[in-house]
Amino acid sequence: MSVPGPVLPSEVDLTTSLAGVSLPNPVLTASGCAAAGRELDQFFDVADLGAVVTKSIMLDPRSGRPTPRMAETPSGMLNSIGLQGPGIDGFLASDLPWLLRRRARPVVSIAGSTLGEYAELARRLGNTPGVTAVEVNISCPNLENRGLVFACDRHQAARVISAVRRDTPRGVPVLAKLSPDVTNIVDIAESVVDAGADGLVMINTLLGISIDPETMRPVLGGVTGGLSGPAIRPVAVRCVWQVHQAMPDVPIVGVGGIRTGADALEFMLAGASAVQVGTVIFNDPSAPTRVLEELRVELAARSFKAAREAVGFAHRGDVPR
Amino acid sequence: MTSGPVQVTGRVLSLKRAGAYHHLTLVAEGVAERTHPGQFVALAVGDRNSPMLLRRAFSIYRARPSGAYGGSVEVVFAVHGAGTAWLSQLRQHDEVDVVGPLGHPFALPKQPVSCVLVGGGYGSAPLFGLADRLKERGCAVHMVLGAATGDRLFGALEAKRSARSVTVTTDDGSVGIEGLVTDPLPDLLGRTGSEVIYACGPMAMLRAVSAVSAEYGVWSQCAVEESMACGIGVCMTCVLPVVGDDGILRLTRSCVEGPVFGGDRVLWDAVGTVPEGTWGAPAGAGH
Ligand SMILES: Cc1cc2nc3c(=O)[nH]c(=O)nc-3n(C[C@H](O)[C@H](O)[C@H](O)COP(=O)(O)O)c2cc1C
Ligand code: FES
Repeated sequence: MSVPGPVLPSEVDLTTSLAGVSLPNPVLTASGCAAAGRELDQFFDVADLGAVVTKSIMLDPRSGRPTPRMAETPSGMLNSIGLQGPGIDGFLASDLPWLLRRRARPVVSIAGSTLGEYAELARRLGNTPGVTAVEVNISCPNLENRGLVFACDRHQAARVISAVRRDTPRGVPVLAKLSPDVTNIVDIAESVVDAGADGLVMINTLLGISIDPETMRPVLGGVTGGLSGPAIRPVAVRCVWQVHQAMPDVPIVGVGGIRTGADALEFMLAGASAVQVGTVIFNDPSAPTRVLEELRVELAARSFKAAREAVGFAHRGDVPR
Repeated sequence: MTSGPVQVTGRVLSLKRAGAYHHLTLVAEGVAERTHPGQFVALAVGDRNSPMLLRRAFSIYRARPSGAYGGSVEVVFAVHGAGTAWLSQLRQHDEVDVVGPLGHPFALPKQPVSCVLVGGGYGSAPLFGLADRLKERGCAVHMVLGAATGDRLFGALEAKRSARSVTVTTDDGSVGIEGLVTDPLPDLLGRTGSEVIYACGPMAMLRAVSAVSAEYGVWSQCAVEESMACGIGVCMTCVLPVVGDDGILRLTRSCVEGPVFGGDRVLWDAVGTVPEGTWGAPAGAGH
């Protein structure tokens, strides 16, 4: 508990611990919104962030879905990229070494279509030094289970996480990234934590459809897409809130619509020990470091001497400060 | 070649009507001196809380590294939706967040060859800066400007000053020759002995121009107007099927690998699909 009193922004201790790994600050990029960091490095030093979360990597190269791949929506967007990427070999040959050379902390997001693919990805990453954490994107259809999304079934989600945990070195945390498109997010969260997840990332996009009134057809080539941006922030904050309330000791990374330092603070108050900036990067490529500086100011304005003091603060009822 | 983009708060110097279009001049420090013809800027629309999150990309019409107010960039746009409507309401001194210059510029010929520059609608905008560069290299520049109707032509007068010859086409015949920009191309290529076609405009026009250039064995450089969410290469929304230098067909980001592509490299007929043989195809779902 901090003692009320003037705190200068420069005095705020931003260090955070992400499931046992310490980070210089709690602001990360969101998977799929920062590629592998290289493009954003033209606008700020990617090593200044808590970590860089890469676009989800699959085992094999992937073309992704046909265009159009996006639709702007009120304070948000729908995307239907289909996990386009170079595959793990390309990633390990080029993207990861670049991040390490830049002294950034890479959190590698992985995605698979089968349990075996996730396990294989974990093995490949487990043999590679320099990975700060593995984030497991389980919002993917399971080709061995009628295309049902892993993240929407507590058993399938748990099987993926335990497979990845088994093949990931002990010192490297495994973070499960959850989908909000479930009836009970706490149920899924408990299931993946039991399966060995060291932390949770919430939330991935919400499924949506946009129809063009001119053509009277779906806008997206892939018909459905993931909704992101400030429009989904209250949903994301709710997920963080519920899960933190149920499992206050499980580290949570909050993501969904963060645009400002005040937004980042909102997630921390709800229970997140770190946050990710996603869609807003498209609007403002400097957003991650801007949010970080704004967060520092917001924390100081509320007399928090350390970012960690704000984590879960909103749950503490009417404790006077 | 370029030294990378910058993000700056631009200020409106002027906003004028140009036929059916708007011509916006922004003072934006550091953008113009880095700009090469064919590159673009990505503008944020609305204020810091804008519900419109995606940037709007515009090819750079003019870039002036210095002026009475500092370096400026100019763009030409039509009002298509809420974002461009917002831009069309700007007033002098208003702020606009600018990221640029972005993308690969037009490649210039090493020899002083004759060139044909083809612009559809406001797609002619980047061709004027290009014409200047080509003329500096001793290239003869011929322009073909086309649009659906006369008020949708951009820069026809300026083209007369800029190019050795100007051909104008409109779909309705209200100005110039009735027909498409590609109609006068074979004759023009023959008459001028041109070896390169530069083109900017809608996808259908670029496809047709590429077909003509293939048929007549001339090189083509096409600047695409694909919709882009970020403009800087991080979102993967702007992809086109393009054959790389290595001969591999990929869904390629038009914001960083483009917007200028060799016309023979783009599978124009397959835009909006994942053609067979694409690297990494077929794709399942997942988001
Ligand atoms: C274009 C785009 C691509 C994305 N790609 C991925 C991805 O590859 N893996 C993943 O786990 N999440 C992906 N996401 C989801 C984001 O990481 C994030 O969870 C979600 O967009 C909510 O945060 P935001 O509102 O800040 O963007 C993507 C989002 C967008 C907009
Ligand atoms: S517009 Fe975002 S990658 Fe091209």
